[in-house]
Amino acid sequence: MSDGIAKHPGLNLGPGHGKDDAAAEGLMFGFWVFMMSDAILFGMVFATYLTSLSATAGGPGASQLYDLTSTFVETLLLLASSFTFGMASLAMKYRHSERRLVAWLLVTLLLGLAFIGVELHDFASMAAKGGVPTRSGFLSAFFDLVPLHGLHVAAGCLWMIALLGQLVRYGVDTKAKLGIMRLALFWHFLDIIWIAIFSVVYLPGCMHAIG
Amino acid sequence: MLAHPFGRLRLQALPFWDMLQHPSKGVVINGIIATGAALMVVLGGIVTVALISRYRLWRVLWSQWLTSPDHKKIGVMYVVLAFVMLIRALLEALLMRAQQAYGLGGGFLTPNHFAQLFSTHGTIMIFFMAMPFLTGIINYVMPLQIGARDVSFPVLNSISLALTAAGAALVMISLVLGTFSTGGWLGYPPYTEASFSPGVGPDYWIWALTLSSLGSTFTGINFAVTIYKKRAPGMTLMRLPLFTWTALCTSILMIFAMPPLTVATAQLALDRYLGFHFFTNDLGGNMMHFANMFWLFGHPEVYILILPAFGVYSETISTFSGKALFGYRSLVVATMAIGVLSFTVWLHHFFTMGQGADLNAAFGVATMLIGIPTGVKIYDWMWTMFRGRIRFSVPMIYAMGFMLLFVLGGLSGVLLADPVIDYQVHNSVFLVAHFHNVAVPGLLFGMIAAYHFWFPKAFGFRLDERGGKVSAVCWILGFMLAFFPLYALGLMGMPRRTVAYTEPAYVPLETVAFFGAILVVAALCALGVQLWVSIKHRHANRVFVGDPWDGRSLEWSISAPPPEYNFAAIPVVTDRDAFTVMKESGAAYTAAVPFEDIEVPRNSALGPVLGAAGFAIAFGLVWHIWWMVIIFGTIVITAMIVRGFARNTSRVVTAEEVRRQHQHWMDAVARAEPIARDKETTSANEGLAMPIDTGAEQ
Repeated sequence: MSDGIAKHPGLNLGPGHGKDDAAAEGLMFGFWVFMMSDAILFGMVFATYLTSLSATAGGPGASQLYDLTSTFVETLLLLASSFTFGMASLAMKYRHSERRLVAWLLVTLLLGLAFIGVELHDFASMAAKGGVPTRSGFLSAFFDLVPLHGLHVAAGCLWMIALLGQLVRYGVDTKAKLGIMRLALFWHFLDIIWIAIFSVVYLPGCMHAIG
Repeated sequence: MLAHPFGRLRLQALPFWDMLQHPSKGVVINGIIATGAALMVVLGGIVTVALISRYRLWRVLWSQWLTSPDHKKIGVMYVVLAFVMLIRALLEALLMRAQQAYGLGGGFLTPNHFAQLFSTHGTIMIFFMAMPFLTGIINYVMPLQIGARDVSFPVLNSISLALTAAGAALVMISLVLGTFSTGGWLGYPPYTEASFSPGVGPDYWIWALTLSSLGSTFTGINFAVTIYKKRAPGMTLMRLPLFTWTALCTSILMIFAMPPLTVATAQLALDRYLGFHFFTNDLGGNMMHFANMFWLFGHPEVYILILPAFGVYSETISTFSGKALFGYRSLVVATMAIGVLSFTVWLHHFFTMGQGADLNAAFGVATMLIGIPTGVKIYDWMWTMFRGRIRFSVPMIYAMGFMLLFVLGGLSGVLLADPVIDYQVHNSVFLVAHFHNVAVPGLLFGMIAAYHFWFPKAFGFRLDERGGKVSAVCWILGFMLAFFPLYALGLMGMPRRTVAYTEPAYVPLETVAFFGAILVVAALCALGVQLWVSIKHRHANRVFVGDPWDGRSLEWSISAPPPEYNFAAIPVVTDRDAFTVMKESGAAYTAAVPFEDIEVPRNSALGPVLGAAGFAIAFGLVWHIWWMVIIFGTIVITAMIVRGFARNTSRVVTAEEVRRQHQHWMDAVARAEPIARDKETTSANEGLAMPIDTGAEQ
């Protein structure tokens, strides 16, 4: 980092934030470690999915169920939300007005909720085509992996609402800053997971349909 | 939901219901045993509540213990939990040994009851005895060894404890309401699927494990971050006491190994509750997924359990030999090598499940490789003892028993690592003998040695030496009698988890094993008597100065028990064996330290609230009481959000208060008579060690 030695990977508050920056060191490192653990969780569920691709048990498969247009929209929504969260982090780091910070967070929240909405719509249309988790091992694995990511996003939205409440109540104090920084990491992490889901689950599934 | 407010919880869930309905001889015997066990749980609960009320300790329990974020108190509570669960699981072991000793042609237990016994015994011993025990010891000792005032996340630490205790409570309540799983501690589907085990047993198992594995994941994160971020100045990684190194390695393993378990149990739950098909026999389910994920957790778990014990032995052997640890660097490398290799061998748990010779060979070789770093450690400990002035204190007796027996257990493991041999003895009691032979002398002896070693630090007085020695000898001999016959029985072809058999040749060896189990239970009783005697004579055995064993690392450099902030001033470390260096250079026990205000975390009810709510959610899930799940789920989320709004979460111990407590301790140091090593187990030991050379002249 140009403004001093980074205390932890990712966006640092920087020495200008004084004791808040110091307080971030252990907490942010701890959150990185937590995400490593969470990544293993996703790794296991990805492995289950990849080893269950042929376990359709005569039921509908990827090519009948996935809708690439819709998942592409989801991808854009989530990537955009990561961008807006990045803007929120910068607003916090460079001490722009609190209103700007809250506005970027609200835009992120809306994009996140829109993502969840489109995803739920996807699941419903899959179910309408007989794609329910009780149908086969393959669908069980799908509905373990993709909704697990969705649940994480939902938890992130809830967390963001709670943080917005803290901002309203206390302003941008130490604890609110550290909360936003951790949620930011979590949010970008979920973006990466989604890119993996899009590349490993949806793209090959739909390619197969075209091929 | 309204038609059945208590879900599937009915009167039939009571342990004596069956015997009242169908009073045949076998049912009545099992009913009486089950009811007796349930009564023990209920009475134990009532007596505890009555005693706490009688002595008006509720307020103390709540404000000094349950809500405390102090790593030392959390550590003590973990160890208490471990001992309570050890009592139950050991009594179950005794019952199983009794059944098998009389098992020729039947015995007295039904197969279902016996299956519950081995399932709870294994589940408890791993998740609710071993894990809390080592977590408790690390919690107490590690921050002191690195010169820190607490762990990185004290409230998270309290949450971990509460989740683990909630899991343990779930296993305990399964004695009173309903039955536990009969699927063994590893709960293999498809047997544990709803189609074969529709009852509540596997659900109890799933949610107890989920609670405890969440707790362990948080613990691992907490410990690893603490060791990386909270070391005193000068405490470089290569100056860490070896116990802390093993704690670090164990924490890393927890971070990476617990998620596969969480996924495996969650998928099993999805199968059972929502009709998914991960591990079912039909519609594309595949139980091999479970086997792989369970052991991807399960094998690193073995090293999560054993490494802290290796750390304990490293500390005690060095201390009681009066020498620096031999081959420190090689011990560190060996520990981390074991950590890495532990992720490469999981398949050896199911060589016989059809993956073909090449894969088996690769995993067999990987398994044998682990023997090398472990062997390095044994030699390092022997070289540490070589030409040392060894004192045969209780931890040292355990260390000797460990080294002898663990090598045997390790060698039987190398045998099992050969797939060809494994095919012969797989699922026989040879395997049971093997893993008890590494788990008991390795982990359990190590933890009991740690309990003896650090008890004076935690409570300010030594444990009775004679009681400790009696117990140690009973543990070692009892273990040998209980498990050596199982090697022979395994080679004779006796399958594990057998309730009864028709082969008369088993009887003599089974009888010997039964006597071994009695001796082990006697060893546990001896520990209880020893604790009682020690508390009675505590005034004669005080070691307030804090260094009863001429210790080498920083935890011995402060009073016993330590103040809540641990160190009046954070020590500066210049070399390995930091406290020995201080004592030699005259830097120990300095009166004039720069006192300053110390910030400590305030108590938080978040841990107990999440623990209680977690228990209620799990109980509701087991019995399908959905309103309970919803209400307490909401409480969990609300509690976390409310905690986010908390500010003012720390308080200050003033410099004046720190100075006063430090002065009180310094006065005790000045009054204390330095003690020579040959008198360290007498009442003359006030916790001030005489330099080792002076001690030897006497």
